[in-house]
Amino acid sequence: MATPIVCAYYAPMADNAAQTDDLSQLIACPNCDAIYQAQTPGSGQRAVCARCRTVLMTPRKRAGMQIIALALATVILVIGAAVFPFLQIDAAGARNAVSVLDAALAFSGGILFVVSALTVLMILFIPLLRVLLVLYVLIPVVFDRPPARHAAKAFRVSEALRPWSMAEIFALGCAVALIKVADLAQIAMGPAFWMFAVLVVLVVVQDNFMCRWSVWSSLEKPRA
Amino acid sequence: MITARDMGLVVCRRCTKLWPGATPRCGRCGKRLQSRDATSLQRVWAWWVVGLLCYIPANAYPMLRTRTLFQVQEDTILGGVITLTHHGSYGIALVIFVASIVIPLGKFLAIAFLAYSARNFSRTSNHWRMGLLELVEYIGRWSMIDVFVVAILTALVQLHTLASVTPGIASLFFALSVIFTMLSAQSFDPRLIWDAQADYERRLSA
Repeated sequence: MATPIVCAYYAPMADNAAQTDDLSQLIACPNCDAIYQAQTPGSGQRAVCARCRTVLMTPRKRAGMQIIALALATVILVIGAAVFPFLQIDAAGARNAVSVLDAALAFSGGILFVVSALTVLMILFIPLLRVLLVLYVLIPVVFDRPPARHAAKAFRVSEALRPWSMAEIFALGCAVALIKVADLAQIAMGPAFWMFAVLVVLVVVQDNFMCRWSVWSSLEKPRA
Repeated sequence: MITARDMGLVVCRRCTKLWPGATPRCGRCGKRLQSRDATSLQRVWAWWVVGLLCYIPANAYPMLRTRTLFQVQEDTILGGVITLTHHGSYGIALVIFVASIVIPLGKFLAIAFLAYSARNFSRTSNHWRMGLLELVEYIGRWSMIDVFVVAILTALVQLHTLASVTPGIASLFFALSVIFTMLSAQSFDPRLIWDAQADYERRLSA
């Protein structure tokens, strides 16, 4: 990755500092409040805050199209990973194959049902919802259309859900569970296991490709 | 260096757009605007305490109940780690130990330190504390792994009379503890870190 561009602090002229009309030319760091003159870096470059090193902008040419492609692939994988069995156990003639949904709904009895609900949310529902919201927001923007209805709200929800999307953690959980029972019984990995492995990579790449600043700026265009 | 507060402006923490100081809501993304989040520390401590309270039963009660042909075994988090080392699975024991014990405890300490040092002078650098906050936010989610392992084992190891695994009540408390500490870290307004330092320097130069 290219070396980051460290933003130069904004130096206000004597008294026209806080004029409302040039606020769009400024950008502030959300983490430390320092103000900068907004200069869009070149494609693939990162603009970072000089004070606290928070990444402010990472625009990329054709990132929108790449994210849409990744998102479509993710939708298919999430659905596949949920339905197909992902692990199968064999021990002394007894056999059991489970899907991700089975695992998520394992805490069925009594109060533990809360854990089931949380698990379904975090490993299936939230990752899927986030992808769909991103598609809804980005497709009009990438094809040079005015932003979709309530696009800002959709992107807001998608961003708020980001820490709660835990598909990649579940994938590592699979690996740990595998080794835990490896000496107890014979384990085979089903198709969904590999779908999950690919899914994890896609989710991470997608999050790193997306420049939030670019998306928010593009949503500012008025609806036709 | 000049901050948005110095200029009488307020920045939207979600979409980084600047607004005049008295604007109640960001016109671009709809987030409520506050120059400084006055209730940030209160919320941090509230979630922190609830998270810590949940962490106690999460360790005291069994996480997993394993029934095999000859015996029934109930394992707490730490008990499970010890069982694993007896079986010689040191790598997995280490993963569970780090994810379920080291990370949660480290997180409680880190958040408490950050919240305390936002109001009191600290000799640690701002960059260090900022890095600590990012680390806590990034790593905190990974503690959830133990809950997922219990879920997978419960679904997978259902071999009729041969062996079966059922989850224990600790899994609920552990999941809640992770969620509450994540909320605690998210409530922290990182601008407090930078303000504390700036105020201190201003007092020195005055």
